[in-house]
Amino acid sequence: MKPVRIICPTGHLGTTPLEKGSFELGCAAKPDYIIADSGSADIGPYPLGADKSSSDEVWQRHDLEHMLLAARELKIPMIIGSASDTGTDRGVDQYVGLIKDIAKQHKLGPFNLSYIYSEIPVDDLRKRVRSGERLRGLTGRPDADDAVLARTGRAVAVMGADPIRNALRDGADVIIAGRSSDPAIFAAPLLEAGHSFANAYFCGKAMECASFCGEPFMGKETILGRAEADGVYVTAMHPGQRCTPASVASHAMYERIDPFREYVPEGYLDMSKCHYEQVDPKTTRVTGQTFVKGDKVWVKIEGSGKVAERALFIVGIRDPHTITNIDRAIDWAKGKLTERFGAPGGQYNVFYHKYGQNAVMGASEPPTNGKPNELGIVVEVTCQDARLAETICHIAAKNLFYARLPDVKGTAGTAAIMSDEVLHARAAYEWTLNHAIEVDDPLSLFRPHRETVRS
Amino acid sequence: MKLVELASTIRSKNAGVDHITFDIICSDKANYERVKSSGALTKQSVAQLFRVSEDRIASFVVFEPAQAIKFTIRREMPSGCQGETDMFGSQQYAPLFDVEIP
Repeated sequence: MKPVRIICPTGHLGTTPLEKGSFELGCAAKPDYIIADSGSADIGPYPLGADKSSSDEVWQRHDLEHMLLAARELKIPMIIGSASDTGTDRGVDQYVGLIKDIAKQHKLGPFNLSYIYSEIPVDDLRKRVRSGERLRGLTGRPDADDAVLARTGRAVAVMGADPIRNALRDGADVIIAGRSSDPAIFAAPLLEAGHSFANAYFCGKAMECASFCGEPFMGKETILGRAEADGVYVTAMHPGQRCTPASVASHAMYERIDPFREYVPEGYLDMSKCHYEQVDPKTTRVTGQTFVKGDKVWVKIEGSGKVAERALFIVGIRDPHTITNIDRAIDWAKGKLTERFGAPGGQYNVFYHKYGQNAVMGASEPPTNGKPNELGIVVEVTCQDARLAETICHIAAKNLFYARLPDVKGTAGTAAIMSDEVLHARAAYEWTLNHAIEVDDPLSLFRPHRETVRS
Repeated sequence: MKLVELASTIRSKNAGVDHITFDIICSDKANYERVKSSGALTKQSVAQLFRVSEDRIASFVVFEPAQAIKFTIRREMPSGCQGETDMFGSQQYAPLFDVEIP
């Protein structure tokens, strides 16, 4: 195997722009690849369900431009995973369009572009389930059935390293991948260079959030990862940051339930015997990782479906007596809704988010004796019909204004209205699928394309 | 002493769409050993602190390389459903600050 050097300038391309200074330092450090992930399931079910990106295209283009120009100048491949937040076909097409546009704008010489779609039609999943195939529930969910699929509007399969390895073998200079496993986009070139599954996937896991594996905390700064025969090395490029055993180990457990195992289609990375060492002031080396291959290949399927339309209204409460009795006021308002529209949970749902009390933690908020000066209440109503959602939301909020509490002194209205309007919110979606299917061929769910971009 | 005085990091974040994971990191070794051996943080104690049934504590792990205690709570609903209070699960950790460490 040969040593491979990878730079990663961002943990989620497009959310906010990459930082140029450390990226330039990374480019000067003789990387063999420039790689970044551009999507996440962290952003809620709306982007996948509605097939819209959550990032502003201005920053997506900014980062793609920096990465493409550097990659072409250095004549090294560039890989982007989970294009445009969702990794849907729309996302891949958008990034392919941006790459071509940037190439044209800068009159770049010809290069090979590979792009790989990973959306999977819900009908396809339905056929599989009906023919007896298992759509296995992850994280304690039951296996998916017709009912769950009926609630699913859009689904993606999460690709591992294989489709990307194929594209590299095909001579790709730029790879735009649909939804992909974050570590896999880094593992792919390392596996091609002969590194072990353990080192390839560990390197990917350490690098995929860029500077989050360094300290002090910084986002959007570049890191350099190296896979060598004797382990994985991670270096922070920003002058004020360093990768330490603690910072890299902390990152290994970030956003995960289990700090010792990372599951990918082929099996799992076992980090329980990892040894972290500081080898220079900015670099940590990690050894001891192993890989346990499964006897089957499981591909994760993520799916989202629309649930209802939503409306919001914001009110403030300043009367201390009303604040003390806010739940009674809300119950009174709900009673009024029930009279006209039936109880909540029927044709509509209503949520009173009480900022100042327990809006952020809900039922988990510990009881307190403290009382805030004021409450900000965001009234949220969901309903199949958008117009009805607005109507119900309007009076769900206005009834706080008219709430009848005994001993109330403020008889001209018990809520402060900042802006007398119902806000039409995005529709409510739900993560319907967090499942996996077994495949014989890890390439079978993904659709690769290839072209030469000439400007 | 309160946990907030001994820990260098106390954070929460989504771990996938169905869980919120909590990390308590003590960069100071002595503090870490004190918190670890105190018995103040257990599956039962965090279930009580967050007012959830114990079966919603999906995992409770001591992670030596980061000098961390990590536990994970299963969400009642997947992230981003109607009525969501914290899409990223990133502001759920405050009750840990006041945990008394003997």
